[in-house]
Amino acid sequence: MAAAAAAPMLGGPAAALTQAQANELIGRVMADVQGIINSGSSESQVITRFEQLFTRYADVPTIARSALGPPARSASAAQMSAFTEAFRGYLARKYGRQFRRFAGAAAEVTGARQVQSFWEVVSTITMRGEAPFEVRWHVSDRSGQILFFNLIIDGVNVLAAERQEVGSMLERRGGNLDRMIQDLRQAG
Amino acid sequence: MRHRWLAAFFAIALIAGCARAPEPGVNDPYESTNRAWFDSNLRLSSAITGSEEAPGETTPPRASPFRRALSNVGGNLGLPSSILNDLLQIRPARAAENTVRLVINTTVGLGGLFDPAGAMGFHGRRSDFGETLHRWGVGEGAYVVLPVFGPSTERDSAGLVVDMLIDPLRFVLPAPEYGYSSAVRLGGRLADAAEYSDLLDANVINTADPYAQARLLYLQTRRYHLGVEVEEEIIDPYADF
Repeated sequence: MAAAAAAPMLGGPAAALTQAQANELIGRVMADVQGIINSGSSESQVITRFEQLFTRYADVPTIARSALGPPARSASAAQMSAFTEAFRGYLARKYGRQFRRFAGAAAEVTGARQVQSFWEVVSTITMRGEAPFEVRWHVSDRSGQILFFNLIIDGVNVLAAERQEVGSMLERRGGNLDRMIQDLRQAG
Repeated sequence: MRHRWLAAFFAIALIAGCARAPEPGVNDPYESTNRAWFDSNLRLSSAITGSEEAPGETTPPRASPFRRALSNVGGNLGLPSSILNDLLQIRPARAAENTVRLVINTTVGLGGLFDPAGAMGFHGRRSDFGETLHRWGVGEGAYVVLPVFGPSTERDSAGLVVDMLIDPLRFVLPAPEYGYSSAVRLGGRLADAAEYSDLLDANVINTADPYAQARLLYLQTRRYHLGVEVEEEIIDPYADF
């Protein structure tokens, strides 16, 4: 419902994004990820490069707003931009470290399907001697650019997990957004 | 009188249910008990693996040959049970692949110490009676945390009990050997857990609310592997505003 109402304002229906474009984005993202994790760089370099990768290929402001949930509505513009910045760094630290596990793995786009207003691009990751698993990427052009906004790693919905985490962090600080942002800068 | 008491109980339950923020896909009426078991399981696992909360440690654990072998043997001993469940679910292709694994790894793989079947591309797929119940149309029920076994659901805990009763190994091996085989399977599970301890640390232990994260991760991965798609869990952030 909300999507249908919002679509005209954002200019153009969601169908404007083709499967080929969504696949192409994810192909590039995975090639970049492999470049980073197979480079033999130090952990801090890997994290910096992951942060750049998120800036380039992911709709971080939208992910951050969605992870924050309802408190985003009452946050000031300054708080939102501080939160988005802290959240980007946190994502890069938390997931950049974990992605190093997949060094040497083969990754390829193996399918795609349209879900609601976006594309879900399915990629298969194969580590030597282990059963392959899927990473599903959610891609949209609703921000005005073709970007991914969520990924499902072997069934784990990253945005859902981060909604939970950000919600818990906020709750533990009595709903104080500024304190949460400050702590998020160290987290991950 | 009794009816009135029941009505009051349901009214309270309803109000309590409404007071909680709606979390799609979370059915956790035993949360306080679950949290207690969750904490005690964590203490137990850190006592066994000796892992401490160490945020500074970031290198993925190396696969030690001993751990790998223990994991292989344990996994191999679990295969007859998986095959039985594949058959109960009328999934002949999965039963066949798991059987190929069992035969190859028991013989060429020296009793399951090695995993030549996996190297040939036969990775197989673990199954259990919880999945069989799902296949038979039983819903997952409430989320529960079992002592020692950890996160589960009402349906999957019932499945766990049935799996112990109908395990084909129980009928093939004499009593002491069957006991050893169960111990090795448990050891295999612990070896798997140790292998992925860095993932557990990053995604559960070092989060603001480890219990809530473990619940979310367990339910999501379990549903994913059973092929259950929960429509309301799909997040479309562009539809929100």
